[in-house]
Amino acid sequence: MAYSDKVVDHFQHPRNVGSFGTSTDVAKRTDVGVGIVGAPECGDVMQLHIKVNEQGVIEDAKFKCFGCGSAIASSSLATEWLKGKSVDEALTIKNTQIVEELSLPPVKIHCSVLAEDSIRAAIADYRKKNGMAADSATHAATH
Amino acid sequence: MALKLPIYFDHAATTRCDPRVVEAMLPYFSEKFGNSSSRNHKFGWESEDGVELAREQSAALIGANPKEIIFTSGATESNNLAIKGAAEIYAKAPAGQTGRGHIISAIHEHKAVLDPCKRLQREGFEVTFLAPGTDGVITADMVAAAIRPDTILVSIMWANNEIGVINEIPQIGKLCHDKEIVFHTDATQWVGKMPTDVERDHIDLLSWSGHKIYGPKGVGALFVRRRKPRIRLEAIIDGGGHERGMRSGTLNVTGIVGFGKACELCQHEMEHERERVVKFRRKLETELSRRIEVTQVNGHAEKRLPHVTNISFGFVEGESLMMGVKDIACSSGSACTSASLEPSYVLKGLGVGDELAHSSLRLSLGRWTTEEEVDFAIEQIVAAVEHLRLMSPLFDLHKEGVDISKIQWQAH
Repeated sequence: MAYSDKVVDHFQHPRNVGSFGTSTDVAKRTDVGVGIVGAPECGDVMQLHIKVNEQGVIEDAKFKCFGCGSAIASSSLATEWLKGKSVDEALTIKNTQIVEELSLPPVKIHCSVLAEDSIRAAIADYRKKNGMAADSATHAATH
Repeated sequence: MALKLPIYFDHAATTRCDPRVVEAMLPYFSEKFGNSSSRNHKFGWESEDGVELAREQSAALIGANPKEIIFTSGATESNNLAIKGAAEIYAKAPAGQTGRGHIISAIHEHKAVLDPCKRLQREGFEVTFLAPGTDGVITADMVAAAIRPDTILVSIMWANNEIGVINEIPQIGKLCHDKEIVFHTDATQWVGKMPTDVERDHIDLLSWSGHKIYGPKGVGALFVRRRKPRIRLEAIIDGGGHERGMRSGTLNVTGIVGFGKACELCQHEMEHERERVVKFRRKLETELSRRIEVTQVNGHAEKRLPHVTNISFGFVEGESLMMGVKDIACSSGSACTSASLEPSYVLKGLGVGDELAHSSLRLSLGRWTTEEEVDFAIEQIVAAVEHLRLMSPLFDLHKEGVDISKIQWQAH
């Protein structure tokens, strides 16, 4: 299967690879939301770290991914899109937008779903750490 | 000499047709175009001569009599003819009934053996699929333990296509002969690479294919033993009664001529070739294991084909690894590279965890592989694994000392 140029580019030059600390470190940080989705036996695990400032804006995002080329590209793209978005805006990112941007073939749609899931998981973690309901809008966005 | 990229390390999938084979085939397209069954003119005779020479060359490669060679369209057809053809003849009860007889095969056989066996299961035969140990080897003891009074057929591949592991074929053959059970082996990956003697090794039925041995695609052969014991088969393709009535259809003369030439070349060059590629395979395995931590060569350490290696690199996924080694044409057991989105059933059959099955590469070497290519591949694989591990959350957890198998993953 031939991948689109964008997938190949993200694969060869992944954006924002990394983390904001070890799993133990980030578990303690209230400004960091952690999302880990997938499973090794399924062949893909995505880890997303988001750093949220006091205004509820995602200042920085880092990913790590065990998975195929399109899984890596989907998570790399997600970090690009997340930076500078408020937590609520981030929740509007849909897997179909990732599919479109990367021209993913149907067999790779689950990679984009995983990326969307990792965003949701990271935000839920951030909210939980800060005593907010996981699925409601943040305070900043209710204005 | 500059390296020509990409390099081809997928010889277990198919091989380049040897130019000497092509040369032998060329006259049989437009000059010697006769139907080898035309008994009354020169055109027919010269085609028949070509086919009969190929029959001798093929038989010589496996220590058979030329009369014991049936030409087919490839190993898939040979396997189908052997398994379904023998089951039909040696059945204990007529079609439409259950209890028609017992067949023994193994879970990590090629689909061209598994699927005919499964069809026979639906048609009233019972099939035992043996599971190998973690080394991937099917032993004579495993077969002996599965034999029943109603066992009619055993089909065990000589060497596995994904991991290159060699089964105890001569011993299984001997066992089957002692028990008067028909013995078939899919020798697609073995013949042409390793010395074969159907007499010494007690084989009744043996399948192989042209395109794995530097011959053309679309042609293969089935060895059918003629004496001690004489094996009978029910044809699956009926028609003009070609190939002793076992495989009707005008012979693919051009392909068969190429197949024969390919067999002859293998016979002459096998020993030298084996020594060369086994050295390269060992270098690949040793260097990659030395330079990359958490690397596992899958299958038995010694009982393996000279030219095939299957290696799992922990914490990286196979399809992305293949993207990373873009200048090396090879295969992976990763789900993402298969149509079914399931990781390799062969590696799973060995008890290699799903995670390591996703992380595997199969590298298979061949007649034109050079040491320069091997060195290049080592460097590119090392670089790709490093690139991917920098991105791998699993590698981080490993470095933190977390046991990944103990984590509760939320599978999607």
